[in-house]
Amino acid sequence: MSEPLLTVENLQTQFFTEEGVVRAVDGISFEVNEGEIVGLVGESGAGKSVATSSIMRLVENPGEVVGGTVRYRDEVLVGFEEGPDGERRRSPEMLSEAEMRTRIRGREIAIIFQDPMESLNPVFKVGDQLREFIEINREVSKAEAREIAVDMLREVGIPEPEERYDDYPHQFSGGMRQRVLIAMALACEPNLIIADEPTTALDVTVEGQILDLVRDLQAKYGTSFIWVTHDMGVVAEICDRVNVMYLGEIVEQAEVDDLFYDTKHPYTEALLRSIPRPDQTVEELNPIEGVMPEAINPPPGCRFHTRCPDAREVCRRAHPAYQDVTGDEPPHRVSCVKYEDVGYEDSDPLETAATGAFGGGLVEARGESDE
Amino acid sequence: MSRAVARHDEEQVDYGETILSVEGLTKHFSQGSGLLSSIFPKPKVKAVDDVSFDIKKGETLGLVGESGCGKSTLARTVLRLLEPTDGAVYFKGENLAELSGEAVRNHRKDMQMIFQDPQSSLDPRMKVGPIVEEPMKAHGLYEGEREERARELLEKVGLDPHHYNRYPHQFSGGQRQRVNLARALAVNPDFIVCDEPTSALDASIQAQVLNTMRDLQREFGLTYLFISHDLSVIRHISDRVAVMYLGQLVELAETDELFENPQHPYTDALLQSIPVPDPRAEGRRGVLEGDVPSPIDPPSGCRFRTRCPKLIVPAEYDLTDAEWANVRRFVRAVDRRTFEASTGRAIRAEFFADAEPRGDAAAVVDESIEAILEDDWDRAAALLTESFAENSVCAEEKPAYHVEPEYGRGEHFAACHLHRTKRAD
Amino acid sequence: MATDTSTSTKFDVRDAEAEEKVEARVGLRYTLSQVRRDPTALAGLFIIGLTTTVALIAFVDSTVFEQLSKIGFFANLGVEKYWLAKTFWYSPVHEPAGAEILRPPFGLTNELYPNRPGTLDHPLGTDHRGRDVLSRLFYGTQIAITVGIVSTGIAMILGTLVGAVAGYYGGWVDDALMRAAETLFAIPFLVLVIAFMTAFGRNLMFAMIGVGIATIPTFARLIRSRVLSVREEDFIEAARAAGVRDRNIILRHVVPNSFAPVLVQATLQVGINILIIAGLSFLGYGAQPPTPSWGQMLSSSRNYMLPNPWFSIWPGVAILVTVVGFNLLGDGLRDALDPRINN
Repeated sequence: MSEPLLTVENLQTQFFTEEGVVRAVDGISFEVNEGEIVGLVGESGAGKSVATSSIMRLVENPGEVVGGTVRYRDEVLVGFEEGPDGERRRSPEMLSEAEMRTRIRGREIAIIFQDPMESLNPVFKVGDQLREFIEINREVSKAEAREIAVDMLREVGIPEPEERYDDYPHQFSGGMRQRVLIAMALACEPNLIIADEPTTALDVTVEGQILDLVRDLQAKYGTSFIWVTHDMGVVAEICDRVNVMYLGEIVEQAEVDDLFYDTKHPYTEALLRSIPRPDQTVEELNPIEGVMPEAINPPPGCRFHTRCPDAREVCRRAHPAYQDVTGDEPPHRVSCVKYEDVGYEDSDPLETAATGAFGGGLVEARGESDE
Repeated sequence: MSRAVARHDEEQVDYGETILSVEGLTKHFSQGSGLLSSIFPKPKVKAVDDVSFDIKKGETLGLVGESGCGKSTLARTVLRLLEPTDGAVYFKGENLAELSGEAVRNHRKDMQMIFQDPQSSLDPRMKVGPIVEEPMKAHGLYEGEREERARELLEKVGLDPHHYNRYPHQFSGGQRQRVNLARALAVNPDFIVCDEPTSALDASIQAQVLNTMRDLQREFGLTYLFISHDLSVIRHISDRVAVMYLGQLVELAETDELFENPQHPYTDALLQSIPVPDPRAEGRRGVLEGDVPSPIDPPSGCRFRTRCPKLIVPAEYDLTDAEWANVRRFVRAVDRRTFEASTGRAIRAEFFADAEPRGDAAAVVDESIEAILEDDWDRAAALLTESFAENSVCAEEKPAYHVEPEYGRGEHFAACHLHRTKRAD
Repeated sequence: MATDTSTSTKFDVRDAEAEEKVEARVGLRYTLSQVRRDPTALAGLFIIGLTTTVALIAFVDSTVFEQLSKIGFFANLGVEKYWLAKTFWYSPVHEPAGAEILRPPFGLTNELYPNRPGTLDHPLGTDHRGRDVLSRLFYGTQIAITVGIVSTGIAMILGTLVGAVAGYYGGWVDDALMRAAETLFAIPFLVLVIAFMTAFGRNLMFAMIGVGIATIPTFARLIRSRVLSVREEDFIEAARAAGVRDRNIILRHVVPNSFAPVLVQATLQVGINILIIAGLSFLGYGAQPPTPSWGQMLSSSRNYMLPNPWFSIWPGVAILVTVVGFNLLGDGLRDALDPRINN
């Protein structure tokens, strides 16, 4: 296999708030190969969006990338080294802010956000926003940029692109706006597009159109994607490989088929069992008990142990290693003590919300107590 | 399904009997208010147009549709939170649409609502205890035992009764939705409208709340009108499902029948579009083109016809399926100007390579290609729309048919002219 | 981003320990705790506390004791007007006109060219009639605070009512109420107040009422715009769906949730109204001499500005400090009550 396009190693991002340090992203590692769609899936609060903005170095105060490496081809987007006093400091290889802006963002790595309305300026014409973006990033004349802009609009399936060029964002439907953003992302022919929940705000039929469009464009341009979503259906639909995040960590990484049919991590498994299916009638759902704890004060040991149906005593003590469990290529990495030699088998089951007597999420109904 | 616990009501409706009946319900919004717009009235938004359905006691009717289709408006009009423009809503035999304000208010103890956003549907300045008690107070019920009952209800929906004195923001999203449930149950209603109650929640929390809702339904014999855009949730929770498009019902059937044997092209398209959480499932995505038309001036006849992949060929043309498919593709492309005008030959090659229409249809196509080459797209589009789209039976009559179900024995309503021949049997 | 992690207010249903950590972010106690963290708001609170205390003492010493001295029991105790001042400070002297004013114990000073400030007897100097400036400022505080609070109170209560009803019901109710308020707004402020006082009477009470009425539109518009957005919140619809009466929805849900900006505005408005009524007094439309009010002190000092600038400066400083105090608190409250900052 060739060199990966993007490598993320042990990336850590923290938010320094009044209440304490929030470890929003706590040592995640994954890579993106050429022409691949890599999923980043998890519930809200798992740290997906922070992870992507850390890669782009767009984390805002009070957040800060505090450790790890992000390497894009030969460029170091994020890098740290030990200083003379043993403290961690930025490595000299790490690109400057200006280099990030002029060389990486938009040109090499583009980003598409969830809410297309927020990404477009409501007081400027859609076409002009696209044109300006192309003008800046591709160093072409105004007239050329306009031509490219119209072509891009047609490419992403905007009807009557010449006429719609002069429309304002509010005159576009949600799906059309998302198409414009995709056009904008594609305009500089980047090698990697980070899509942050791009279809979450859209209706299912429109989502279908957008997924189709992305697949066509991906086949045509060979662009790689990091696809952030919470929707397992979208993951199954579009991703080649998937990273499952829970509370700032990646707990499982696998090819999409393996993730669904050879699930290794109890969280992934529980997540898959908790969603209703559109294609079959499920009588009873199996929810994951409890609520995701806050990243400011994560549980010790395995972070999922408080809600895990398979939790045992050892899970509270041992922080599981993130490792390949199949030995195949590509690897299937899991972070769970079940696959380690730390005495899971002999450990006592743990009383948790999920394993305890309170199954079903509802306190036992006690007949006709009211009336 | 077992609906175990029956309660004794003053106006008892038996299980399986109709508790709510909606007839020809219509809601049009006028745009703007004030002096100026009463002098220059703007066209009305036809949010809900002539919708009819029944709900039986103890069942869950799922109402599914995309954003802007009018499902939330329908729910609010049924509860008379909005004044209906036309039509009737019979709740336990009484027409809510005709009652006075105070009479409607009195009826609210039998019908409650749960909202989509668990954050904004609870007053941030009130503690959850008083929030749950508010409906009891409003109806003067449970005097003196309200706090006790509120604590009991909190426990019933899966919260700690000691959280009586907490503010909503001290709960997580899923828990807030449970508070909403407790409030809705406070006055012991028969009927609850649930407006996207789980769409703001994460997958794992959604399952918890859905299970709780189902358990409560069984325990209290509740009837739900469950609104969602999420077909998976609808399939899970509903006994029967109604599909809405642009203010009208397009299909209504028992859940299995609807999902396994959809009879309306729109329902079919919706089902095809949902991403299935299974990488081995065969997906046929993006089956629908274009956007939903404006509800201000909806298409005549069948409202879905402008996007329908199964538009019926006008009777005056004699076209094969392949020819008709090409014509429709051409009409849509001209309408949306998705190609560039080069030569007539190129256009023909692009759209009519395998099957070119003959006769009258060919004449229309020829004329419009000429118009395109003269760069008069508008004339071409108008000509094509007039000759093909507007001539179809789909444009002329509002469809309403009942089809034989393949699953179960319930009625299957489908508003599509494809079924007009099947009507005979 | 940051909200990504903070939105899920965490705790387990059965986790009793974690429970106590979840802080209630509404209510008086929380607002005060927020204000306490803000040094400028604290400074404002301190100034207001000081002026209010002074005003209370002055009120007790003059009005309360004057009334009490009419009751035999208290008169026998020696209670009389300016009892505190007489005991601890200066003795009052009867003017030829019969009005009581406070004077230093050691007789009059030069009337036209009064003392420079900084003497032990008259720390802030004396005015053109030889009256001690500090003592007049002291007794003028009660007027400033009273007029500020009463006029704002009138405006706030009526404005909130008008605005909430207009905003909640909309339609013709809204049109009628708000057009009326705008008509009031269209008339220049001072002209309106002066016309009002000319019609009803040139004294402090009508100054307060006049200013109060003239500022109703400020509050009505403010709360209406909030109500318009609160009205659309789901919890209002939830209350309607639950069958709660309109009156109770307005009182229990709409007004409390729209009130934060009104409270901020009211705090600021107290300062503004103090200034306005001082201005009216300066023009001769407020407190009438010899009542010691800051505006009227300013007014009478203007002829002596060159020989003795201190005479004008001290009342000016008193007004400034009080107004700034209310403004600081208002800004602090705005931050404390702003939901965006809280989240």
